[in-house]
Amino acid sequence: MAIRIEHLNYVYSEGTAFEKHALKDINLELFDGQFIGVIGHTGSGKSTLIQHLNGLLKGTSGAIYYNGKNIYEEGYDLRTLRSKVGLVFQYPEHQLFEVDVFSDVCFGPKNLGLPKEEVERRAKEALRLVGLKEKHYRKSPFELSGGQKRRVAIAGILAMEPDVLVLDEPTAGLDPKGRDEILDQVALLHKEKHITVVLVSHSMEDVARYVERIIVMNKGQVMFDDTPQQVFQHYRELESVGLAAPQVTYLMHDLKEKGWNIDPQATTVEEAAESIFAALHKKA
Amino acid sequence: MRYYAENENGQADRKSAAKAGAGKIPGARHREREKAMIRDITLGQYYPADSVIHKLDPRVKLAGTMVFIISLFAFRSVSAYVVATLALAAVIHISKVPLKFMMRGLKSILMLLMITVVFNLFLIPGTPVLHLWKLTVTKEGIETAAFMAIRLVYLILGSSVMTLTTTPNNLTDGLEKALRPLGKIHVPVHEISMIMSIALRFIPILLDETDKIMKAQMARGADFESGNLIQKAKNMVPLLVPLFISAFRRANDLAMAMEARGYHGGEGRTKMKPLVYASRDKAAYAVMAGYLIVMFAASRIMIFGF
Repeated sequence: MAIRIEHLNYVYSEGTAFEKHALKDINLELFDGQFIGVIGHTGSGKSTLIQHLNGLLKGTSGAIYYNGKNIYEEGYDLRTLRSKVGLVFQYPEHQLFEVDVFSDVCFGPKNLGLPKEEVERRAKEALRLVGLKEKHYRKSPFELSGGQKRRVAIAGILAMEPDVLVLDEPTAGLDPKGRDEILDQVALLHKEKHITVVLVSHSMEDVARYVERIIVMNKGQVMFDDTPQQVFQHYRELESVGLAAPQVTYLMHDLKEKGWNIDPQATTVEEAAESIFAALHKKA
Repeated sequence: MRYYAENENGQADRKSAAKAGAGKIPGARHREREKAMIRDITLGQYYPADSVIHKLDPRVKLAGTMVFIISLFAFRSVSAYVVATLALAAVIHISKVPLKFMMRGLKSILMLLMITVVFNLFLIPGTPVLHLWKLTVTKEGIETAAFMAIRLVYLILGSSVMTLTTTPNNLTDGLEKALRPLGKIHVPVHEISMIMSIALRFIPILLDETDKIMKAQMARGADFESGNLIQKAKNMVPLLVPLFISAFRRANDLAMAMEARGYHGGEGRTKMKPLVYASRDKAAYAVMAGYLIVMFAASRIMIFGF
């Protein structure tokens, strides 16, 4: 039960002057229940990669196996796949179209051909999961604030009850509070429902705080694929491709260089604080 | 030893590349073609290359295209068409745009071309050459059909040279400047060209947006393909509503951004890159004049009595 990507290549506008090799020989396995972060600078192929996960883009060559079945095989049911691998696009609030919030969230499950009661149960559950208050259910989605709109859009995907949730920069353009709320809710969802989460992000802090595995993309290739601690050890290489490690990683490395007896692997503020306290204790 | 290792690597790479080619996914190419078709419809078919034709002032290219088209219709003789063919071939060669891209435009007029040829072939009275059942092919018919076909094909190829070597923005710039005299009779030339360039600029943006929204709705299980006509139209609602909203949002943003930068219409507006004729542009005009003279002379010479 996982997604396996084998030798996946994707070329945009093949055979024209605008040809671009967006993905080069990608080999990955996304295991069930993992919380995975995908980072990489603009144009590194992150968004292209995740659109392959639910078959929206079809690789130029290679294969993707979902639960052991090749999704490129003739007759594979892509619509079922799309309900199982929920993809939340960048600025998902731009896809809202219904007259009210509740019917918009119902759109996904309705397309699955479920009975009305089930559709409404799922929509309610999804809206509860993203923490939207019931008084908003009958409002037009265009009356809501940016953060609320985004939650409605995420609920629209969650209502399909996917096994894998892929989020493409879900916090872009939100204020720090909105960002934390959304990510905390995603983390909670991961814990409660044990679904696989793939989080594409530009923020190293966010990634370090939530995920257990990081995939670093660069120029259409996988550059690193490891735990955050291990990946951020390579902060110099990350910098060379336009990325960076979380601020605390730099602090810890600087302290280590200054002769502190600490482990520089900390990637979150909490871990760093603990490590520094321990070092201070030892000194005292 | 090291050389050997590299060699082995190279071989392995080639092998995996060959394998990748063999494992091509059938649908992928088809979809690419569909996308390319959308691109064919738009005017934004600029082909970037480094050539003299690309660097020419857009007004020169507009004038050149006009001259070429007029010459096709004004002079009708085999020798004149030989000159036109040579001129067109030379320009295409200099432009460094692959012939394949030029031919793409011809696909859209293939039907028209066939109809024209067939009608001319069978319906023009004159000396009969061939009898097919009830239809007669005449000498005059063959002549006219051939000339019409050549004219149509050259017309498309000639204008393709212009659209392929000029960016849409450059083209509207050129149009604005070329049509400026019309401003005297109160034709809003600047406004028209601004509308044109914004419209052109928005085509790729809206296409991208459509693609994005379509994918987002497909991720929610939307179906844009199956069903009857009414069903299909209904299925478009989740695409059209967000698309309209985003178009309005973008229009609003653009208006705001233009005002923030002090846009107030064409009155007294200067350009960062004003169109100025360079010596190559003057030379191009001279070439055009020369072409017209040669065409005129060629049309007087008769070959094989045509």
